[in-house]
Amino acid sequence: MTDLATGERTFAETIEKDQRVEPRDWMPDGYRKTMIRQIAQHAHSEIIGMQPEGAWITRAPTLRRKAILLAKVQDEAGHGLYLYSAAETLGADRGDLTRRLIEGRQKYSSIFNYPTLSFADVGVIGWLVDGAAICNQVPLCRSSFGPYARAMIRICKEESFHQRQGYELLMTMMKGTEAQRAMVQDATNRWWWPSLMMFGPPDTDSPNTGQSMAWKIKRHTNDELRQRFVDMTVPQAEALGVTLPDPDLRWNSERGRHDFGEIDWSELKRVISGDGPMNAERIAHRRRADEDGAWVREAAAAHAAKRTETTHE
Amino acid sequence: MSFDDAYGALTDHDDDARWAYGTGFADPLAGVPTAIPDGVDRADLAAYCLMLGDDALIMSHRLQQWVTRAPELEDELAVANIGLDLLGQARLLLTRAGEAEGSGRDEDTLAYLRDPHEFRNVLLAERSDDDFAHLVARLLVFATWRLALLDRLAASGDPVLAAIGAKGVKEVTYHREYAAQWVVRLGDGTPVSHERVQAAVDAVYPLVGELFETHEVERRLAGRGIAVEPASLRAEFDAVMAEVVAAATLRLRAATAVEPGRGRDGMHTAALGEILGEMQELARAIPDGAW
Repeated sequence: MTDLATGERTFAETIEKDQRVEPRDWMPDGYRKTMIRQIAQHAHSEIIGMQPEGAWITRAPTLRRKAILLAKVQDEAGHGLYLYSAAETLGADRGDLTRRLIEGRQKYSSIFNYPTLSFADVGVIGWLVDGAAICNQVPLCRSSFGPYARAMIRICKEESFHQRQGYELLMTMMKGTEAQRAMVQDATNRWWWPSLMMFGPPDTDSPNTGQSMAWKIKRHTNDELRQRFVDMTVPQAEALGVTLPDPDLRWNSERGRHDFGEIDWSELKRVISGDGPMNAERIAHRRRADEDGAWVREAAAAHAAKRTETTHE
Repeated sequence: MSFDDAYGALTDHDDDARWAYGTGFADPLAGVPTAIPDGVDRADLAAYCLMLGDDALIMSHRLQQWVTRAPELEDELAVANIGLDLLGQARLLLTRAGEAEGSGRDEDTLAYLRDPHEFRNVLLAERSDDDFAHLVARLLVFATWRLALLDRLAASGDPVLAAIGAKGVKEVTYHREYAAQWVVRLGDGTPVSHERVQAAVDAVYPLVGELFETHEVERRLAGRGIAVEPASLRAEFDAVMAEVVAAATLRLRAATAVEPGRGRDGMHTAALGEILGEMQELARAIPDGAW
């Protein structure tokens, strides 16, 4: 039997038995490419996702909230770092992935192309955006690719804290002034539909889902996860005292789930293709940081090279 | 592994231990007696806590401005981490200032409702950074000075200041290490980085004099074993700086006689007004808000 055939068989068995594929194992090219793309897009999302909330760190209205937000944005940088490391185990290079991001050749979650207009957005991002991210990511703790699955366990634990701090901020604001309650409702109105879009296109329009499920790098379909998120969020909204902006949202006792209104898929397509409210700013910010830091990275490389020479002399 | 249970955990409201910033965190002052020591002038102690607290708060603000635009992800983590440490020190010190005053002002009242002339930070903390070289040069000076200070403060007769000093030493040791490593890399890197970090050191050094001026509040409290006289830290500071600067192949230019800043007396540059404009904007817009 050829090595290739052995590799293919071992890979198939690993997937079949629900075990983990590790970086040095044989894997199909398509699996490797798909994993690199999935992990890189996730890493990019963490890095771009630092911006909308990062913009409020310096303006946070109490020192406690400032510390929480700073720690949260730091966590996101950390998530990006170990996701890029997971991608590197597959032969990708962080510098190359960063170039793909800032040249617009690789995507990140479209949710971060919406602006953060008030401090309530910080809370709603934690509650809805991190909440949706958790629904997407908890099943990825069982991804067939080992390094990604292990990274996701840690990330999910931290995301769970993030969601709670957001919800706690909103709970506190709802007990504040009328203006604050209005801020929370407004932020909820603006982020609800984009959060539902985070689960991707409907199953009827998601061509890669079949292969990804077969490879066990995706465990549930987009629509299943979206439904789960809606069912989880409705009671939280009630406890908070806000209205979710969907007149068609109601409990369906036959299905034992909530029905909800039609998502504006043309908006998702628009934002993904680059025409969201903040796409250009998000990428420009990252590109500027990359360009401004180029001389620093060159200096670090030059210094390291000199040190190596000295050591070898 | 049934990690799917994490879904359930999110809707469980009775599990306070899972909160990141709620009940789960250890109080850094747990077990430390907070009574003001006998014979200590409360106004002096409050002023001194504001000085050290404002240094940390304002320096932290400048670091926060770098969090999404540093040269590498590792540096974004580092500046966030250092900013968080200093913010933590600021919160403890401002809280202590409020206690010493006995006026009921808490950390937020002091951070958000004072005007620039009421801030007591040194001018070094408020200076804006032209580039990453300026940030690390300024951080090196700040951390080298503050580490020497906190190290002495750990022996303060005020148990709270002593605890803050002891905790801060561990943190600021890392801050100094991080900044020193970058100053060396940049100084010994490329001709461009060498020139930039030399320019940064040159720009920051005129602000050094103020760090070692002993304010009358400091002199009085030092006499009672509560505060540290900054002048006593100069030799240690100079020795550390000389070592780092030599390793970085940089030069410390003979300082032209510059009048030391008087941030300790509330005399600041326009930079502080800009910082406070940003920091206090929301808190002042909704003064009766619940956050």
